[in-house]
Amino acid sequence: MHMTQTEWVQRVIKPTIFLMCLIPLALLAWDALNNHLGANPIEKVIRRTGDWTLRFLLITLAITPARRLFGWNWLMRLRRMLGLFAFFYACLHFIIYIGIDQSFDVNEIIKDVIKHKYVTVGFASFLLLIPLAATSTNAMMKRLGGRRWQQLHKSVYAIAIGGVIHYLWLVKADLREPLIYAAILTVLLGYRLWVKQRQALLPDTVRSSIHPSSIRPAK
Amino acid sequence: MLIKKPSDIRPSEILDQKIYLTRREFIRNTVGATVAAALMPPLLAPHSVYAGTKLPGVRKGPFGTSEEPTPYGDVTSYNNFYEFGTEKEQPVIMAKNFRTKPWTVTVEGEVNKPAVYQLEDFIKPHTLEERIYRLRCVEAWSMVIPWVGIPLADIIKRFEPTSKAKYVEFTTLHDPAQMPGQRRAILKWTYVEGLRIDEAMHPLTMLAVGLYGETLPNQNGAPLRLVVPWKYGFKNIKSIVKIRFLEKPPVTAWMTAGPAEYGFYANVNPEVDHPRWSQARERRIGEFFKRKTLMFNGYAEQVAHLYAHMDLNKYF
Repeated sequence: MHMTQTEWVQRVIKPTIFLMCLIPLALLAWDALNNHLGANPIEKVIRRTGDWTLRFLLITLAITPARRLFGWNWLMRLRRMLGLFAFFYACLHFIIYIGIDQSFDVNEIIKDVIKHKYVTVGFASFLLLIPLAATSTNAMMKRLGGRRWQQLHKSVYAIAIGGVIHYLWLVKADLREPLIYAAILTVLLGYRLWVKQRQALLPDTVRSSIHPSSIRPAK
Repeated sequence: MLIKKPSDIRPSEILDQKIYLTRREFIRNTVGATVAAALMPPLLAPHSVYAGTKLPGVRKGPFGTSEEPTPYGDVTSYNNFYEFGTEKEQPVIMAKNFRTKPWTVTVEGEVNKPAVYQLEDFIKPHTLEERIYRLRCVEAWSMVIPWVGIPLADIIKRFEPTSKAKYVEFTTLHDPAQMPGQRRAILKWTYVEGLRIDEAMHPLTMLAVGLYGETLPNQNGAPLRLVVPWKYGFKNIKSIVKIRFLEKPPVTAWMTAGPAEYGFYANVNPEVDHPRWSQARERRIGEFFKRKTLMFNGYAEQVAHLYAHMDLNKYF
C-alpha cells in the first residue's frame, strides 16, 4: 500500500505519538497501583504532572525550530496535539492542587494565589493556557482569522516562562532541575529572537516576499 | 516506673496496612482504575523490614501523643537529609553504607567540662526513653515518630555550662567522601543548627539515638540527632559530631542559605507563612487531605512561655 507523506503522518506517526504522550499518565497509574509513589503520593503526583506540563510545553515550542532547522514541515501537524497534551497534564496538576491539596477551599486558594508568588505565576500561566486550548480547533482558527489567532497564541511564550519560574520559585535549595528547563527554554526562545533579528536585517522587498517559516540557516 | 515489655508484634505492623489503604485508595480508584484494573489486582507492597538493632532498656517517656505513629517504612524512606541527596527518596539509598562506628562527639565552648566522647560513653550514663512526637517539616508535611533518646537537659548538665552559655550550636559530620551531597554547594556545608539555652534545656528537647525501639537508620540521622518537636524539621539536626556552647546565637545553615526564609527560631507557627508557601495546614504522611497546623506543633502548652514577649513575625 502506498501512502503519501500526509497520510503517513496522519495515520501512523500522529497516533503513535498520541499514545506515547499517554505513557507518563500510564506510568503514574501503574506506580499508584503498585505503591511506588512513596510516602507522600499526592506530592509526587503533583510534581510529576507539573514536570510533564513543562516538558510538553517545551516540546511544543521546539516544533517550529526543529521544522525550520531540519526542513520537516510535517512536524507542524503534531504541534496542536502536543500543546493540548501540555494543557492536559496542566489540568491534572491544577485539579489535584485545587481539590486535594486545597480541598476546594476557595478562601484558602485565593489567599495562596495572592500571597505566594510561585503559586501566583503558576496559576496565571494555567489560566492563560485555557484560551489557547479553547481556540485550538480549526473552526476557531478560522473564526479568529490567522493573524489574530497567531497573536493570541504568542502568549505561549509567556506561559512557558511562567511555568519555569513557577518551578524555580518553588525549589528550596537545589536549583539544578528547574535550571535545566530554563536553559532549554532560553535556547528555544533565543532561536526565535535570532530569526526575527535576521529578518529585520533583510531589505524590505525581500522581507515581504518570504514567509518566516521558509527561512533556514545557510549550509 | 512503667517498664514496657518488648512486644513481638511491632505496632507498625498492625498500623501499616490500614494507613496504607486509606492513603492510596483514592489514587488507585481514580487514576489507576481505568488503566490498570484490568491488568493487575491491587498489590500492597510490604514495607521495608526493620534494619536497626533493638535498643535495650528503653522506658516510656513523658509527653507522648496518642496519635497513630507514621509507619516505619514511611519514616525511613521519606527523608530530608541533603548530605545524602536532595530528593526525599535518596537518603535511604545513598546513606546505606554510611559508617556510624566509631563515632565521637566533641563538646566545647562555654562549659566547665569540655571533652571528646566516644558515642557509647556519651550515652551510657542515661536511661533511654521512648517519646512519640509529632514532626512538622517546613515543607508542610508531618509525621508522628516514636523516638528513642535522652532529654538533652540531662546531657547538658553533665558538661556544666558556664553563665556565658546562652546558646547551643550543633554540627553535622562533614565528610564529602561519605556524604555525596556535600560535594555540591547546595548549602554552605557543614550543616549547623542552634538553640537558645532555655530551648535546649526544655524537657521536650531530646537527643535521639533510635526510633521504633531500634537504633536510628542512617537516613534518619544516625547515630545521634536532635529532636525539638515544636520547631520545623530542619532544626532537628542529624548525625551530630559537635555541640558547642556560645554566648552569641550561631548562624545556622538554613539562615545562611535563605535569611528571609529561615530564621533562627523556626517555631512551627500556622500564622506566619514561609515567604513562598502557607504554613496554615500540613499533610500528615498517610493521610489524604491536609489538616490544620497547630501552634508550636501542638506543644504550645509546654513551650509558649519561652516566647511570651517576642514578636513571632519578626523572630520566625
